[in-house]
Amino acid sequence: MMDALGEPQSVLVLGGSSEIARATVKALPRARLRRVVLAGRPSGALDAAVADLTAAGIAGVAAERFDATDTASHGEFIDRVFTAGDVDLVILAFGVLGDQALAETDPSLAVTMATTNYTGAVSVGLHVARRLRVQGHGVLVVLSSVAGDRARRSNFVYGSTKAGLDAFAQGLGDALHGSGARVLVVRPGFVRSRMTEGLEEAPMTVDPQDVAAVVVAGLRKGKETVYAPGPLRFVMTGLKSLPRPIFRRLPM
Amino acid sequence: MSTPTDSPLMRDESERVLTGWGRTAPSAARVRAVSSVDEVLDTVASADPRGVLARGLGRTYGDGAQSGGATVLDLAGMSSVVLDPSAATVTAGAGVSLDDLLRIIVPAGFFVPVTPGTRMVTIGGAIAADVHGKNHHVEGTFGSHVSWMTVVDGTGGVRVLDPAGTPDEFWATVGGMGLTGVMTEATFNVLPITSSRISVDTDRTVDLDDVMDRMITGDDEYRYSVAWIDSTHASGRGVLTRGDHAPADWLPEKDRSDPLAYDARALATVPPIFPNGLVNPLTMRAFNEVWFRKAPKSRRGELQTIPTFFHPLDIAHEWNRGYGPRGFLQYQFAVPDSGGHLVATTLHRLRSIGALSLVTVLKRFGASNPAPLSFPQPGWTLAIDVPAGIEGLAVVLDELDELVLAEGGRLYLAKDSRMSPAMMAASYPRLAEWQLVRDRMDPRGIFTSDLARRLSL
Repeated sequence: MMDALGEPQSVLVLGGSSEIARATVKALPRARLRRVVLAGRPSGALDAAVADLTAAGIAGVAAERFDATDTASHGEFIDRVFTAGDVDLVILAFGVLGDQALAETDPSLAVTMATTNYTGAVSVGLHVARRLRVQGHGVLVVLSSVAGDRARRSNFVYGSTKAGLDAFAQGLGDALHGSGARVLVVRPGFVRSRMTEGLEEAPMTVDPQDVAAVVVAGLRKGKETVYAPGPLRFVMTGLKSLPRPIFRRLPM
Repeated sequence: MSTPTDSPLMRDESERVLTGWGRTAPSAARVRAVSSVDEVLDTVASADPRGVLARGLGRTYGDGAQSGGATVLDLAGMSSVVLDPSAATVTAGAGVSLDDLLRIIVPAGFFVPVTPGTRMVTIGGAIAADVHGKNHHVEGTFGSHVSWMTVVDGTGGVRVLDPAGTPDEFWATVGGMGLTGVMTEATFNVLPITSSRISVDTDRTVDLDDVMDRMITGDDEYRYSVAWIDSTHASGRGVLTRGDHAPADWLPEKDRSDPLAYDARALATVPPIFPNGLVNPLTMRAFNEVWFRKAPKSRRGELQTIPTFFHPLDIAHEWNRGYGPRGFLQYQFAVPDSGGHLVATTLHRLRSIGALSLVTVLKRFGASNPAPLSFPQPGWTLAIDVPAGIEGLAVVLDELDELVLAEGGRLYLAKDSRMSPAMMAASYPRLAEWQLVRDRMDPRGIFTSDLARRLSL
């Protein structure tokens, strides 16, 4: 149970090797944490995340096998995690960036991106929501992206998957209104991480720790949508209102 | 095509988001109103894995009267009251509030054996939390005055529990936070009175040593005693009020024709939209200053009404909204006399992070009763309200928990909303003993609450 001071006891990370999710778990108040499930495909990065969080003094960290693209397995997986005990916080953090040019050349790569970022998230998101409704409390944090706010020429395949995910997460939050459970949509800008290694940094670039701080503050205040960094909200409002002939010519 | 009502995300009509009085950590449950033992039995028989919990008037500050996803029973329909004047006992349905009860029994010349600082609690809640009042040092908790009670347990049995015949089950239910079953009715002693007035002695106290000395040396002479402490003032100054029921012939001439007249009304309701900053250090200091100044330096034998003396907080409905949307909590511990220094430590530590309180209450406890989870133990208890949004509060309270534990003390489950499971187990050493009895009464684990989940009860 989340206590009166917002301290969670149990956390499920979908996409357990995500650097943003790992930073978020580290930034959470941890005095009452006793169960942290890092769900993902078995990998060195997943094992490293377990080791890192455990070394940081967080109790009960364990990895569980989970594949975002294997949607048929999602129901059984989520039921198993929730049957073992209530989950106070679920962080939906998996996603692939992919290469826009390659995806344009080989649409099957675009399909992979869409399957992971959107289809997989919709599937597991609905299963999580069903269980949050049953337990009558809990928060689902969905890592969306500013790329979904408006599709850009340079990465519209990725952007469109995040646009779909973002719309889904907002609707899910409304569906859960009054159920005791809620959804927090997180829209980071450019984040320095493994996923963006080698890419040219955009203005207002942040680290996973910065996103984590925004998420934890948003949880404490009961927010529904947060940007990381916060002022990106205003930048995106401006960008979204630009006429297309101008937006198209922007160097981004 | 399926309709939205088939959706597992669809809300049930009976669903309510519930919190405690502190308005923190909400969870949703299906609320079912029941008015007979059969309906309670039916709910228990058809319980799903999220379980069942009885809820009274929701005055528990934390998460003891809520249970996410469960069926929460509203027993307001269990409202029968039978007063036996010759035996000085009342048999009441679990949903009867002390407010309802006082309106019936005070004009008949009786008073409840124990009342907490609000009369907006039910009989079921008073026994489940084993509440105490200003007379604990003399007369113990509410549960100590119960002669028997009817409880629907987790096996679907209707049990009549009493301290002599079923001591384990009786005392596991007293203070058991509703986790042994659903109490439907209880019989308890009431106190004969000849007037509805309290004769009150009031003393302003200059610091904590002053008030604690006076309470140690003088409390035994009074049935009722409590001190209010100015949490905003470094001295720990306060107001000590002590008293007893006034005999009818102490009343002024004009009141003697109807010495048992009883009138309890709320004067105001705090509006639902409350500016977040209304309870701030400035208003907090002002309130505490006024509360201190309005008390006489020393007065003897002032006649006060029952609501004025016992239930000053009930003057405003829903005053808990005053703390704004982030809510608040109440930190209440009990320590033996040897831990009395923690009163000053707690006030100091909370003041140092800007956690000022409106309601800060110091009281001496008398003997414990046999209930394993009953809170009071001989010594001191301090209760202090704290806004939940204060920076650094979690760390300071965890540190205070350690100090309380080291002195052999514990926290009150009816107030707690944030202690750790380890603190619970260490400070209530009879928890395992209670759990054995609970498991016998509820082998399938039907009765649960957010508090029970949070503290691994």
